[in-house]
Amino acid sequence: MQDVRDALYVGHRSDGTLTRRPMSPHLQVYRFRLSMFLSIANRAAGVAATVGSALGICWISAAAKGPKSFAKVRKVTGHPLGKLALAGWALALVYHFVAGIRHLMWDSGARFEKKEINEDGPVAAGVTVGVTLALVASILGVAACRSKKRAS
Amino acid sequence: MSTQHKPHITVMRSQLSRARGLGSGKSGVAHWWAERVSAVALVPLSGWFVIQVFRLAGASQPEVAKWGGRPVNATMMMALVILTFYHTQLGLQVIIDDYVHGKAHVPASLLMKSVIFLLGVFGAISVLKLALATTRGRIAAS
Repeated sequence: MQDVRDALYVGHRSDGTLTRRPMSPHLQVYRFRLSMFLSIANRAAGVAATVGSALGICWISAAAKGPKSFAKVRKVTGHPLGKLALAGWALALVYHFVAGIRHLMWDSGARFEKKEINEDGPVAAGVTVGVTLALVASILGVAACRSKKRAS
Repeated sequence: MSTQHKPHITVMRSQLSRARGLGSGKSGVAHWWAERVSAVALVPLSGWFVIQVFRLAGASQPEVAKWGGRPVNATMMMALVILTFYHTQLGLQVIIDDYVHGKAHVPASLLMKSVIFLLGVFGAISVLKLALATTRGRIAAS
């Protein structure tokens, strides 16, 4: 069966000939707005958080499997690239969290005027960056302290 | 899109009858609602998880195993794994609905659900193994 969306694009003119209904304009005709970036970023963050969660499952399954597997995972999380991936996961989770809270607010009808949405956008971006930096820095700090304590 | 250049009707059935029952207005509300409820549940669970990350950052395997052996941690972790992958699956379904059309839609949805389901089960089994293994050790030791 043909895609329903496709099927509904075909319409009749008043003289009976077929025509393709107009599509609504897409990305390229709009000026860039922060709100459009934050909207798609929430979706992207959801996907990134999924990938990160899969890595999180690797971590807990390695812990369940035994010290050897766990040592392998720690090699990955200890590597600078691994740390970068963890920071990226944190960024995605924090942003998805912040944007999710905004969505719940909008669902309740709060802050849902165009003016309010445009005011809150930069705040959401700022909170995301700030919280992510603070979280990543303090977690890496705690991890480094604990490793040092164990080594000494 | 097949109808881009020369519009034509491939099936002699009104478009309305073809579209009826296939669009929204079936189970959309339940999906939307489940997404919100799981999101709200994940708020406190995520907060709990952040605290645990601080407790476990840089921890060795025996420390993590001891942590996972506590029933409260295992309960919260299990709830977190289940709700995370339930919410993930709901969200990815919306993305597939938006971008994958036609025949590929059902296989893509099923593939995504299978992968997410298996990941969730794998996580749940790992949490269970940590939860039960330490208890057994402790019982044997005492």
